[in-house]
Amino acid sequence: MTAQVEAPAAIAVALKSPPAGSRRLKDVLFKGVLLTSLAIALGVLLTLLVDTFIEGRPRLNMDLISNMPSARPARAGIQSAIFGSLWVVGLTAAISLPLGVSAALYLEEFAHKNRWYNRVIELNIQNLAGVPSIVYGILGLAFVARGSLGWGFTVRTAALILSMVVLPTVVIASREAIRAVPSSLRQGGLALGATQWQTVYRQVLPAAVPGIATGSILATSRALGESAPLLMVGALTFVTFNPDGFDSPYTVLPLQIFRYISEARSEFKPLAAAAAIVLVLFLVLMNSFAIVVRNRFQRKW
Amino acid sequence: MVNPMQPPMQKEDEMVDRLDGSGTEQQLQDAVTTAAADTKIVVQTRDLAVYYGSFRAVRDVDLDIRRGEITAFIGPSGCGKSTVLRCFNRMNDLIEGCKVEGSVTYHGLDLYARDAEAVEVRRRIGMVFQKANPFPKSIYDNIAFGPRVNGTKKRSDLDEIVERSLRGAALWDEVKDRLKTSGMGLSGGQQQRLCIARAIAVEPEVLLMDEPCSALDPIATSRIEDLMQEIKTQYTIVIVTHNMQQAARVSDRTAFFTTELNTESDRRTGRLIEFGRTTKMFSTPEDERTEQYVTGRFG
Repeated sequence: MTAQVEAPAAIAVALKSPPAGSRRLKDVLFKGVLLTSLAIALGVLLTLLVDTFIEGRPRLNMDLISNMPSARPARAGIQSAIFGSLWVVGLTAAISLPLGVSAALYLEEFAHKNRWYNRVIELNIQNLAGVPSIVYGILGLAFVARGSLGWGFTVRTAALILSMVVLPTVVIASREAIRAVPSSLRQGGLALGATQWQTVYRQVLPAAVPGIATGSILATSRALGESAPLLMVGALTFVTFNPDGFDSPYTVLPLQIFRYISEARSEFKPLAAAAAIVLVLFLVLMNSFAIVVRNRFQRKW
Repeated sequence: MVNPMQPPMQKEDEMVDRLDGSGTEQQLQDAVTTAAADTKIVVQTRDLAVYYGSFRAVRDVDLDIRRGEITAFIGPSGCGKSTVLRCFNRMNDLIEGCKVEGSVTYHGLDLYARDAEAVEVRRRIGMVFQKANPFPKSIYDNIAFGPRVNGTKKRSDLDEIVERSLRGAALWDEVKDRLKTSGMGLSGGQQQRLCIARAIAVEPEVLLMDEPCSALDPIATSRIEDLMQEIKTQYTIVIVTHNMQQAARVSDRTAFFTTELNTESDRRTGRLIEFGRTTKMFSTPEDERTEQYVTGRFG
C-alpha cells in the first residue's frame, strides 16, 4: 500500500480554509451562550453590590462600627452584631474544624470502604449537607437551647448549631483534599516502616492542608452568612452589648441587617445596606485568607 | 510485645528443635545441610500464589533470595513479578482483596503469620518504587523520615544518618549544599537515588526495587546500576525489571516469570518458570520459554 501524498499547494489551501459554515456557526454560538451565562451571573451580583453600596454609603463610617444598635436611627450602629458574629463564627470554627478533619481522615484513611456502617455514615454525610439549615435551628432549639442541654440563647448554643450546619461541608471538603494526596506518598511512608498513623499524620495530612484549609474556611464563611437557624435560638434579640463569653446573649450581622430592614422607619434602610456591605467585606476577607493560606502552603515546596 | 522478627542466629537452633529425635539419620543430615545453606537465604517462598479477589494473579512461586546477592525478576507484563515482590514487605496488604497463599518466610519466619507486624517487616525489608516518590519535604527531611518514625530523635544522630545514607546512595556530593531544599526539585535520577537513600536510612536488610529505572534515561540508569553493585554487599537486593539487559548486567540470579492462560477462565495467571544463576539463565536456560524470552523472540 502506498500512502497518498498531498501536493504542497493543496495542503496550503486546506490549512488556510476555515471550517465549513455550520461547524463555524456552532462554534461561535456556543461561545456566545457561555459568555451570556457568565454575564448574567456577574451582572446580577454587580447590580446588587453597587445598589447596596450606593444606598449604604451615607452610613458607611466609623460610627457604624463604634455604635451599638439603637431605636434611634441616627445613633444606631452594628458593633454588637460584628462582635457577636466574630464570637459565634470563631467558636464554630473551633468546634467544626477539628471534628470535621478528623472525621474526614477516618473515612478516607482508616475506614473499610465496604463495611455497611461506613457506607451508612458516608451516605448520611452527603444527606446532612443538603438539610435546610432551619432544621438544625429547630433541633438546636429543642435539644441545645432548651431540653437536656439547656444552654439558653447563648453564643455557644449558636456555635454548636452552626457547627452542625457546616460540619458536613467541612468533612466533604477535607475528604476531597485528602483523597487528592497521591497514594505514592502513603506507600513511601509505609514502606519505611512507618505506622499508618505516622504516615497519615506526617505525610498525608500536611500534603492535604492547603485543600483542607481552603474548603474549611469557605465552609466557615457560610456560617458567617447563616441566619435561619439562629432565628430559632435567640439571635434576633435587641442586644446593645458585645458578648463577653460563651454564655453571653448575642446577635449576628445577618440578623441585625434583617432587623434594620424590617424597621418601619425608612432611616434604617441605609443602615441595613451599610451593615450588608460590612458583612460582604468580612466574607471577602475570609475568602482571601483562604486563598492566601492555599498559596502559602503550596509555594513552600 | 514479642518481636515476631527474631534475629537470624536462632535459625539453626530452630531447625534442630524441629528435628528432635523423630527423623532418620539421613533426614537429619539433609536438614543440617539445608540449614547450613539456609543461613544465606534471607527470603524464601514456597508454593506462593497471590489472589486479587477471586483472580489468581500469580502461582507456583518457589524462590530463595540469598544474602548479598542481587536477584532479578524478569518477564512480560502481567506475569506477577511486582506482585511477588510486594509480598516480601507486605505492601500487598494495602490492596483490598489481596490474598496470599503458600509461604513467604524471612529467616525462616512466616511473614504472613498472624502475629507478624507488617510495620516491622517493612522496616527490615525496604522498597524503592517504579516512580520516584520523594515526600514534598526537604532532602534532609526525606531521609530523616524513616529514622524519625522508628524513634531516632537526636539531631546529631539524624545528621549522621542523613549524610551516611546520601553517601551510600552516591548523592551526597550533589546535594550536600542544599539539604534544606525540596526533594521534589531534584532531577528524576536524583529523585530515585534520594528514594534509595531514604530506604537505606532505616538500615533494612533487604531492598526491593520495583522497576527503579523504568522512568530514567540511560545515564541515570547506569548510575543506579553502579550504585546497586556498590551496596549489594550490605543489602540483599531484589529488582523487578522489564529490561533484560539490565537483569543480565546487574543480577546474580534471575527469576523468569511468564503468563499462562487459565483453562477455567480466559484470564492469564503469572507463573514462575525458571530461577537460577543469571549467567546460566541468559546462556543455557533449561526451559524453552526462558530461552525464547531472553533471546527476544517473545514478550
